[in-house]
Amino acid sequence: MIEGISIYELLTVTSILFFIGIYGFITRKNLISVLISVELILNAGAVNFVVINKYLYPDVLQGMIFSIFIIAVAAAETALAISIIINLYRKISSVEVRDVETMKY
Amino acid sequence: MNYSLIILIPLIPLAVFLVLGLLNRKIGPAVSGLIGVSGILLSTVLSFYTAYQYFGVVGKVSGAYPTLVESVVWMNFTDTLRIDMGVLIDPISVMMLIVVSTVSLMVHIYSRGYMKGDEGYTRFFSFLSLFTFSMFGLVLATNLFQIYIFWELVGVSSYLLIGYYYTKESAVAAAKKAFIVTRFADLGFLIGILLIGYYTGTYDFGALNDPGGAILSNWAPASFMGLSVLTWGLILIFIGGAGKSAMFPLHIWLPDAMEGPTPVSALIHAATMVVAGVFLVARLFPMYFFVEDGFALQIVAFVGAFSALFAAVIALTQTDIKRVLAYSTMSQLGYMMLALGVSGYEGSEGLGYMSSMFHLFTHAMFKALLFLCAGSVIHAVHSNELKDMGQLRKYMPVTHISFLIAALAIAGIPPFAGFWSKDEILVAVFEHNTFLYGIGILVAGLTAIYIFRIYFGIFWGKNKAYEHSPHESPSSMTFPLVVLAVLSATVGFIPFSSFISPDRTGFEGHIDIPMAIVAVAVALLGLGVAWILYKKESEMVSRLTDRLGVLYTWAHQKFYVDELYLFVTKNILFKGIAAGAAWFDRNIVDGTMNLIGNSTVVLSRKIKGMQSGRVQDYAMAFVSGTVLLAILFIYLWTS
Amino acid sequence: MERILFYILALIMIGFALASVMSRRMLRSVIYLLFVLCAVAGVYFMMDYNFLAAIQLTIYAGGIIVLIIFSVLLVHHIEMRMEIARPTRQLLTALACSLGLAAFLSVIYTYDFQVSGPGPGTEVSVIGAKLLDYGEGGFILPFEVISVLLLAAMVGAIVIAKGTKLSENKNEVK
Repeated sequence: MIEGISIYELLTVTSILFFIGIYGFITRKNLISVLISVELILNAGAVNFVVINKYLYPDVLQGMIFSIFIIAVAAAETALAISIIINLYRKISSVEVRDVETMKY
Repeated sequence: MNYSLIILIPLIPLAVFLVLGLLNRKIGPAVSGLIGVSGILLSTVLSFYTAYQYFGVVGKVSGAYPTLVESVVWMNFTDTLRIDMGVLIDPISVMMLIVVSTVSLMVHIYSRGYMKGDEGYTRFFSFLSLFTFSMFGLVLATNLFQIYIFWELVGVSSYLLIGYYYTKESAVAAAKKAFIVTRFADLGFLIGILLIGYYTGTYDFGALNDPGGAILSNWAPASFMGLSVLTWGLILIFIGGAGKSAMFPLHIWLPDAMEGPTPVSALIHAATMVVAGVFLVARLFPMYFFVEDGFALQIVAFVGAFSALFAAVIALTQTDIKRVLAYSTMSQLGYMMLALGVSGYEGSEGLGYMSSMFHLFTHAMFKALLFLCAGSVIHAVHSNELKDMGQLRKYMPVTHISFLIAALAIAGIPPFAGFWSKDEILVAVFEHNTFLYGIGILVAGLTAIYIFRIYFGIFWGKNKAYEHSPHESPSSMTFPLVVLAVLSATVGFIPFSSFISPDRTGFEGHIDIPMAIVAVAVALLGLGVAWILYKKESEMVSRLTDRLGVLYTWAHQKFYVDELYLFVTKNILFKGIAAGAAWFDRNIVDGTMNLIGNSTVVLSRKIKGMQSGRVQDYAMAFVSGTVLLAILFIYLWTS
Repeated sequence: MERILFYILALIMIGFALASVMSRRMLRSVIYLLFVLCAVAGVYFMMDYNFLAAIQLTIYAGGIIVLIIFSVLLVHHIEMRMEIARPTRQLLTALACSLGLAAFLSVIYTYDFQVSGPGPGTEVSVIGAKLLDYGEGGFILPFEVISVLLLAAMVGAIVIAKGTKLSENKNEVK
């Protein structure tokens, strides 16, 4: 725990971070920007895990280990997403979201 | 009795139908003809064997011929009300087996020559087999529902065979007419079956016809408009029978049915299917007789008598020989109905019933013969019209002699078959009602006139300038003629009354000499009139028709019954009721369905846009939904 | 001192996060994300989770950001400005997000967290033992699953990114 900082302030910061990520996820038109937004959301979640672990249950390490897993999954996800984006770019020469809507109907 | 052999009688034609129907294009006409004839030959042999077993080996049990039933339960409705499938052997079904198989065999043999070279040869034989199967099933039926099923099957096969020349417009129209008219009558039959089934709780002939049984001793479980419901049921069933047997006013399909090939007319529309109505009344005779003291039977008698007279008058004026024979058939069927209608039940009281069956039997032989002869003539001159024929006795001696024998038989000249049965009918009617007897004897005279009118018209008269010199038909066609001619001459000597009577005991038949003399005298009188008028084409005929004026025109136009039907159907049914129903169907029923369909389409077009395929749109919806739900839950919890 | 440091870090996080999702230049956006991640690592440091902070820096800042930068350079011109969503859409999304944030904060501030006193510091060896522990409370199974997942992701990424072009090039070379 950080001296003089309450859990409320920390959680407020992570919440703001989380919603900024969601805002970016919805409004950005580029696949890579969407990916960046996803990273923001993931980070907000990871920090939350750590904060709750540290403030409420300082004796155990569950929250922290979960954060490590989140970072690992994020790495895997990013690698895959980037490879898909590159492949897409080769196929349709675009990474705009609106060009990738074959899910339609 | 060996039931498995009896069951084979209908099943063999069914198998033949399936084989010929399925292999229609694969086998040649020679093979299909052979299969058809050998199938029906087997059935015929089995039928005669059954008759021998039944009358000879089994014989009478305690003074009466037994009713032998072998059936399996097919559908169960209640404990007693069920539908069986099986065979019922009693004197009249055995007799019908003989009639159907014999005539069918002759017609099959005849058709091999008559239909030679026709494109649909195999199809024709398969339909004939289907019909034969259905007819066997009908006569062997053990209950009302089974008879109804086969009743419809003969209707279908009749439809198929009338419309055999399906490229000919008139044949198609005739087939539809026959089907619709008999179908309309069958509606009555069905309602009658349901009425009787509902109030008696059984469809079984044995239970329904038991004269000492619970049903016939308590024949009024409920009444409607002053009559027992069972009487209504029987009247409705008679409507069905009248439709098949071409009784007035449901006869209009029979003359048109002559559009079918002539062997079909001989088999279906003269000898077998059209007597199904008579057979049906005979099958239910104890019910008709005992329920409400035979009220329904009175209706049968009067309808029969009127039809007999009505048809005989029209037959006098027609020029198409097949139509003359068709009206003649209708007239003779009226005779049979009349005889049934005046019959009693016990012992020799049942003379009417016996004579009706006897006449059915003899009529099948000589009317089939008449039709086959007509077919032979038509085959030779390629026309149905009387005015195209004349002097054919020189060209076709076998046909001529056969036709003469059949004509003598139908006119009631002894010793030919028709005399014996017709005489019994007249005796039975005379004992019952002198007015009906008057009609009967009048019809006997008219019969002699119209049949000898066409006889003289075809075989005597003037020699016409034929394009091709007419010649005798091939032996495959003359052989059945000879067989049927022999039968027509001799079957009258069968002591029918000892085999068939309503209570199955049989009785000693005898010829009532004075009655016979009167009948023969009337027949000879008719023959004489025909001789004078038609043996040589003379002026007398046209003078006579002029003298009769309106009456002749009416009879020639078949008393405008067809026009009446057309008026009723076209102007009242089609324009009035059907138009309204069609409007309702198109606008209300279809409209509702279309509204549902169209609104679904419109709605889906509208909401299709929501499925944009863009992940971010979905994410937006997801986030807003989650947030809203979260807010909702938070305030529900905190409050 | 720590308060001031934390507020600076929080400001960096929020400010650069906003800049990252608003910026119309791709590469800048990525760099702003890097600052955010570094700030998060700083928070970890302040909470005495040094190992986690190190991971955050190496994997995120060192690995993921570099990966993203490479992909940006592969598919974009550096000077290209990105399209931006319609103002109504931005407004709607902002509205929904602020509503959600309000809901979050109202929940957080009405809940009474039972904060316990400062715990013992964590050593890397404890974390390692925990990850490889197959007794009660051990994480050996998720650890193995994650390793398999990473392997699968690597193979998948290579296969997908390789595409069909390479083999075509080979054919052309022949």
